[in-house]
Amino acid sequence: MDPIISVKNLNKDFSHVTALSQVSFEVGVNEALALWGSNGAGKTTLLKCLLGIISFGGDIRVMNLDSRRNGKEVRRNVGYIPQEIRLHSDQSVWETACFYAAIRGVSKERSDLLLKQWGLDEARKKMVQTLSGGMKQKLALVIALLSEPPILLLDEPTSNLDTKSRLEFSEALKQLKKAGKTLIFCSHRMSEVRKTADRVLWLENGLKKMETKPDALQSL
Amino acid sequence: MNVKIAAIIMKKEMRDARRNRWFVVVSFLFALLSVSFSLFGMAGLGSLGVAGFGRTAASLLNLVLLIVPLLGLLLGSVSIVSEREQGTLMTLLAQPVTPNEIFLGKYLGSAFSIFSTVFLGFGVSAIAIAKYAGTKEIADYLMLVCFTVLLGLAFLSIAFCVSLLVRRHATAMGTAIFIWFFFIFISDLGLMGTSIVLKLTPMALFWLVVLNPAQAFKVAVVGNLQKSFEIFGAAGLYATETLGRWLSPILIVTLCLWIFLPLVLAFFYFRSRCVD
Repeated sequence: MDPIISVKNLNKDFSHVTALSQVSFEVGVNEALALWGSNGAGKTTLLKCLLGIISFGGDIRVMNLDSRRNGKEVRRNVGYIPQEIRLHSDQSVWETACFYAAIRGVSKERSDLLLKQWGLDEARKKMVQTLSGGMKQKLALVIALLSEPPILLLDEPTSNLDTKSRLEFSEALKQLKKAGKTLIFCSHRMSEVRKTADRVLWLENGLKKMETKPDALQSL
Repeated sequence: MNVKIAAIIMKKEMRDARRNRWFVVVSFLFALLSVSFSLFGMAGLGSLGVAGFGRTAASLLNLVLLIVPLLGLLLGSVSIVSEREQGTLMTLLAQPVTPNEIFLGKYLGSAFSIFSTVFLGFGVSAIAIAKYAGTKEIADYLMLVCFTVLLGLAFLSIAFCVSLLVRRHATAMGTAIFIWFFFIFISDLGLMGTSIVLKLTPMALFWLVVLNPAQAFKVAVVGNLQKSFEIFGAAGLYATETLGRWLSPILIVTLCLWIFLPLVLAFFYFRSRCVD
């Protein structure tokens, strides 16, 4: 079966700093790939390249679409949750969900359904700036899931959460994988990687160090 | 380019403008003063009552010159830098949208917010004038409205360049106010001084005047109201003699260039640098 994501010889430079160099990998349908590596290894940059929102060298195909040329189509099929959730603070939860629903071309009913599904129904009138970290993370997940994308990119999704919220979110990721989503997520937590990932891509200083199984990573 | 997505972003921008304290205060001030000017337009002639459209247009000219550029600069200068500073631009770009749609939506949203303020101020005044003084010379008034829209868009385009070149909301606001001060006050005084010291020819003086979008607006409106540009002295006489009936179109083109050149520059800069 064709991979849902294929990356070949990916390069990215920021001024005089090499963020990614000759990175190649593939991800299959319904696979969960963890991006592992220290801060500055190039994990976030890799996710932004996959989304086609920054320029890069090499070739990226997401569902057979060229990320560089068909960035908009790629983003229609990808839900993205950044490390720091940045939403318009002067909007309510409901206004935020409806704004992104309109952009993604889905109905308000879909926003309503997802807010109920992810436990944000009672907070719909709350302003985004008053939400806790966990609730913001859930709202970001709601936005990412609005158009039912088959792929989710998550940049250290639990790094700013307390233990309870982290466990809840990890459980949510497992559910999403069961529902057939393909996941690529960055993480610094071995437990999270072992729990959710099928495979690990280890990056260091913009280079691919190795691709391995989560259990093998622990023994290294 | 999906116009529907640009329209969604435009609506959001218009809502943001309504929540911008400075914009609301300046808009309210503009509406209040324009109505006052039309209601007390005859005071200068020693009588009370509503002036006609022609006289009101002349008295509104300086008010427009002060307030409309400020509206454009205040709105446009923070439009993109705020989103970038808060990180919401990245969230927006991660959606199925293109930078072109974001830019178009933001510019149109700001432009329609300025239109609404201009039409509100002029509209309320027009109702009062039409009711009490009739519709004589309404063409002069409509001409002022059209030039006001061009003036607002010119300063909005300049402000979008500012919004892309600076990194902080506060810097954008400060730069916007400096630009307003420069084009409305400093350039006028500077030009007067320069023309005396350098003994500028009428031709050089005329072209230096119309290079400033605010002055191009002023010359165009006064020239059209007076049906003559001689009020501007030697430079006005030079312009009338050499450019003749092309003078008004040249002033309109100047204002349009002030709208499109900064806008095109801002557009390409945004496309190339929106995230990297």
